[in-house]
Amino acid sequence: MLAFKLAFKNIFGAGYRTILNIAVLSFAFVTIIFYNGVIDGWNQQARRDTIEWEIGQGQLWHPSYDPLDYFSYQDAHGPIPEALQAEVSAGRLAPILVAQASAFPQGRMQGVLLKGIPPGQSILKIPTAALEEQDGQVPVLIGKRMAQSIKMKEGDQLLLRWRDKNGTFDALEVTIAGVFDCNVPTIDGGQVWLPLERLQDMLGMPGQATLLVAGEGFTPSGDTGWAFKGHGYLLADLNKIIQSKKGGSGVIYGLLLIIALLAIFDTQVLSIFRRQKEIGTYIALGMTRWQVVGIFTVEGTTYSILAILLGALYGGPLLWYLSEVGWAMPSGSQDIGISIADKIYPVYGAGLIVTTVLLVVVSATLVSFLPARKIAKLRPTDALKGKIQ
Amino acid sequence: MESIIQIKNLTKQFPVGTGKFTALIDISLEFRKGEFTGFVGPSGSGKTTLLNIIGSLDTPTEGEVTVLGHSIAHLTHKQSARLRNQHLGFIFQTYNLFPVYTVYENVEFALLLQHMPAAERRKAVLDALEWVGLTDKMDSKPAQLSGGEGQRVAIARAMVKRPAILLADEPTANLDSRNSHHILQTMQQLNEELQTTFLFATHDEKVMGYLRRIISLEDGRVVKDEQIVMDKITEG
Repeated sequence: MLAFKLAFKNIFGAGYRTILNIAVLSFAFVTIIFYNGVIDGWNQQARRDTIEWEIGQGQLWHPSYDPLDYFSYQDAHGPIPEALQAEVSAGRLAPILVAQASAFPQGRMQGVLLKGIPPGQSILKIPTAALEEQDGQVPVLIGKRMAQSIKMKEGDQLLLRWRDKNGTFDALEVTIAGVFDCNVPTIDGGQVWLPLERLQDMLGMPGQATLLVAGEGFTPSGDTGWAFKGHGYLLADLNKIIQSKKGGSGVIYGLLLIIALLAIFDTQVLSIFRRQKEIGTYIALGMTRWQVVGIFTVEGTTYSILAILLGALYGGPLLWYLSEVGWAMPSGSQDIGISIADKIYPVYGAGLIVTTVLLVVVSATLVSFLPARKIAKLRPTDALKGKIQ
Repeated sequence: MESIIQIKNLTKQFPVGTGKFTALIDISLEFRKGEFTGFVGPSGSGKTTLLNIIGSLDTPTEGEVTVLGHSIAHLTHKQSARLRNQHLGFIFQTYNLFPVYTVYENVEFALLLQHMPAAERRKAVLDALEWVGLTDKMDSKPAQLSGGEGQRVAIARAMVKRPAILLADEPTANLDSRNSHHILQTMQQLNEELQTTFLFATHDEKVMGYLRRIISLEDGRVVKDEQIVMDKITEG
C-alpha cells in the first residue's frame, strides 16, 4: 500500500510527463481494443454469413466432390442416398447440384458454375423463392459481384451453354430473376443459381445432387457414402485468414504498445537519474533497495492503470459508437475473395478487454521494473551524492 | 552513560580507477548516549565517510563498527534498513526533502515505514513539527519553504521517530548565520530533552561552538579528540 501511495504522489507530482505517458498509453490501449474488436467482429460476421449463406450446419459431399478441383465436378454427382431422402423431404437437408458451364454475357464467353437448389429451401439465406418458374421463363439468381462482373441486372437475359451427362452440348437463355447481396464471395463470383429440378433436367441427372446442405435439427448418422463436413472443416480456410489477419494487426498494435512503453521506459530511466538523491534518502530513512525498486515499478504500473481509466473515459463511448454504426470498409475490399461486409461492427468481448488490460499493465510494469532494477545494485552513498551513472 | 557506538581499527578504502583511495585509516572511537559530537576537518578528511558507515549506509573495509549492538559489516540490506528506520536519523546538507510531498507528509514518511497506526502517527508528526516551529507550514510543499525552514523539516523528519542516534552531515552549510543558530539551538534542545545522540560532520565554526566533543580528522585519521567543557557552550 505504501508503494502505491508513494507512487501516486510521485506521478501526480511529475506533471506533464505523467499526462504524456498516460495519454500515449491510453491511446495504445484503446487502439488495441478497437483493432481486436474489428477483427473479432469481422470474424463473427464472416462465420455467421458463411454459415447462413453457404454451409448451413454442415454439408454432406458426394464422394467424388472436391470444391477446389473443377475437374471433379463432372463426376461429383449421384442420387441422393435413400437414408437421407426423409431429411430432404423434411427440409433438414437442401440438395445442391453443381455443374460447369459457359455464360455469354454481352456477347463474351465466361466460365461459370451452375448450382441447382430447391426454390423452397429455407436452410440458406439465398433468396431462392425467386427461382419458382413462371411464364415458361427459366429464372436464375446471381450475386452482386457476378452481376457487376457480367454487367447484368434483374430482368436481363443470359445465355448459358453446358454439357449434359453424355457430354452433349446444350444451350438455354435464362432470365435473371434476382441479384442477391451477400458478403460470402464463394456463392457469388462466377456462379449462377437455378432451380434444382431444372438443372437436373438440363444435365439429365434427375434426383441427383453434388452436396447436401444441413439445416438445424439434422444429425449425421449411418454410412451413406457421402462424407459429412462440419463447421470445423468448412470454416478452416476462413479461420486461417482471420488468424493471419490477427497476426498482421498484432504487429500494428504491438508497435503502438512499444511506442507507449518506450515513453514509460524513458520516463523511468530519466526518473532514476534525476531522483538519485530521493532514492538515497528513501534508503537512508529505512527503506530497503527492493522497496525503492517497488516504488518505481509501481509508478510504471500506476501509469498503466491511469491510462486504462483514461482510455475507458474517452475510449468507452468512442468504441461503443463504432460498434453501433460500424466501420465502413473500402469499396475494393469486397473483391479480395473472403467474406467481408460493407461495414464491420466491432465486437468487444470481456476476454478481449481483460486480456488487453492485463497486457498493458503487465508490459508497463515490466518496462518500469527493468530500469528500476538498477536501484537494487547502487550504493546509497552514491545515490545521496547523485553519482549514479 | 552507556556506550552505543564502538569503532575499532576502522579503515575504509574506495576503488579509484585501477587503484584504491583510503578515506579512513585505523580509526578507533567510542560514543555514549546523549553525546553532541562533531567530526571536523577539511574536505576529503573522511567526515562524511565515517558518518555514512555509522549510519550503515556504507560498510568498513577493515575493522569493526558496532552501532547499538549491531555490527555494521555483518548486517544484511534488510537488517541495515531496519536499523536506520528504527534507530537512526539523518540530516543532509541539502535537506533532501521529497519535493512532491507536503511538509506533513515528509515528516510522516519515516513513520509510514514503521507501520505506526494513523492516530499515533499524526500526533507524532504534529509534535515534531511543533518542536521545530513549523506547524503552520504543514501543508506547504518544500519548494515553498525558505532554506532554514527546509532544514527544520529535515530535523523534524529525522526526530519524529525518536531515533537513538542522529547523524547530521553539514546541516548548516546552506544556511545563513541566523538560521544556523536557530537550527543548532533546536538540535541542542532535542539532545537535552530526548537524550538523542547527535553526530555532526562539519567544518562550520558556528556548529563547533555548540559541540561538546570535537573529533578532528585529517587525511582519514583522527588527529584530535577533544571534550569541551559545558561552560564553553553557554559562552558560545
